[in-house]
Amino acid sequence: MKIAVLSGKGGTGKTLVSVNLAAVAGHAAYIDCDVEEPNGYLFLKPADVVTETIAVKIPVVDQKLCDGCRKCVEFCNFNALAYIDQKLMIFEEVCHSCGGCILLCPLRALTERDKSIGVIESGLSGDVRVMTGILNTGEASGIPIIKKLLADIPEGLTFIDCPPGSACIVMECVRDSDYCILVAEPTIFGAHNLALVHELVQLFGKPHGVVLNKCLEGPNPSEQYCLEKGIRILARIDYDRELGVLNSEARVAVHESDRYQAMFAALLETVKEEVQHETAIDPQR
Amino acid sequence: MFIAVPVDDKSMESKVCVSFGRAPYFLIYDTDSGKADFIDNAAAASQGGAGIKAAQTVVDSQAKVLLTPRCGENAAQVIDAAGIKMFKTINDSIQDNINAYKEGRLSPLDDIHPGFHGQGGK
Repeated sequence: MKIAVLSGKGGTGKTLVSVNLAAVAGHAAYIDCDVEEPNGYLFLKPADVVTETIAVKIPVVDQKLCDGCRKCVEFCNFNALAYIDQKLMIFEEVCHSCGGCILLCPLRALTERDKSIGVIESGLSGDVRVMTGILNTGEASGIPIIKKLLADIPEGLTFIDCPPGSACIVMECVRDSDYCILVAEPTIFGAHNLALVHELVQLFGKPHGVVLNKCLEGPNPSEQYCLEKGIRILARIDYDRELGVLNSEARVAVHESDRYQAMFAALLETVKEEVQHETAIDPQR
Repeated sequence: MFIAVPVDDKSMESKVCVSFGRAPYFLIYDTDSGKADFIDNAAAASQGGAGIKAAQTVVDSQAKVLLTPRCGENAAQVIDAAGIKMFKTINDSIQDNINAYKEGRLSPLDDIHPGFHGQGGK
C-alpha cells in the first residue's frame, strides 16, 4: 500500500505527516522524494545507511570523428547541442538523457557516459525503512532519482513524502500511489495551493483526503474548500506550541506525546480504511 | 560585416526584442551595404535551450557582432565560441543602436544572466 503525502506549497506539514505515520505504523517504509531538500531523515535518524549513486547518461563527442552533419543538433528537442567553429558543443545541464543523438549519429562520434546527479541513502529507523533521495546542488531535474526510489521500494505499507507543488516531479511521485494525503494550511494561499494539488490527484484518478494542519480558531479557507468540493477531511492538527517545539528539535511527535500517538494512529486507521474502501469499489485500481 | 540584433518584427521600424533566445526574428544588418535581412528565430517556440539554438542561428548567419539587451549564459558560451562580439543595446530603437555601434558608443555586454529556463523573465 503506497500512500503519497503532498501539498501545493512547502511548509504545510508533508514531512510531519509522513514521518509520524511511518513511525506510528512501526513496520513501514518512509521514502523522501523531496530530493531538493529532503529532511525526513533528520527526524527518523536512520542507522546502517547505505548510499547509492544515481547517474544519468550524457553524450560525449569524439571531435575527430564528427564531420559536422548536425543531425544531432537538429534532433535535440531541448537544444542541448550546438555546432560552432567546427566543434560540437554539448550542454550537459540542458540534456534530458534521451540518447537520441547517440542513436542518430551516422559516424558514431557520440558515445554516452554516466553523470552523477545525486544519491539515494537507505537505512533503518527501528522497523521503518528510510530511503532518502538527494539531488546534487545545481542539477536541473531530480526525476531520475525519484524513479529509482520508487522502483526499489519494499512491499508493504509505504509513505511517500513528495516535493511541494504540482509539477512533473510530483506527478512522478503520485503516479503509482494507492492513496494521496493532501496537507493544507488554514490560509487563502493555502486553499489556493490545495486546489492545485487537488486538481492533480483528480487528473490521476487517485483516491484522496485532506489533513488540515496548523488549525486556528476562526475561518479555515482550506476546510471551506474541502466542504465545497466534498473532499474527506482525514484529520485536523492544531497550531500547537508543543508540536512546534518537538518539530524544531527534530523529534518524532508520536514517540514523544501520547496525544500525537493517538492522533496519528487514528489517521493511519482512517487512511487504511479509505484505501480498502477504494479497492472494494474499484477493483481495477 | 554583419551585425545581428534580436527584433520584434521584420522591419527596421520595429523594436529591439527584450529577449535574445525567445526573440521572434533576428535582424542581420550588413554594415558595408546597409542592407537589412530578417531571419526567423526557430528557437522562439522551443521547449528548452532556446538561447543555445538562437545563438546557433546567429552564428550560422555569419554575423561577427551581436547587439542585444541581455543574454543568458548558455547562449553566451555559444556566441563566445564563435568569436562573435556582444554589445549591450542602449534603447529599443534598432537604428539608434546600429548608429551607436558604428560610432563606437556601445559597451560590451558582460552582465550575462544565468538564464530563465522556462520561468519567463520580463
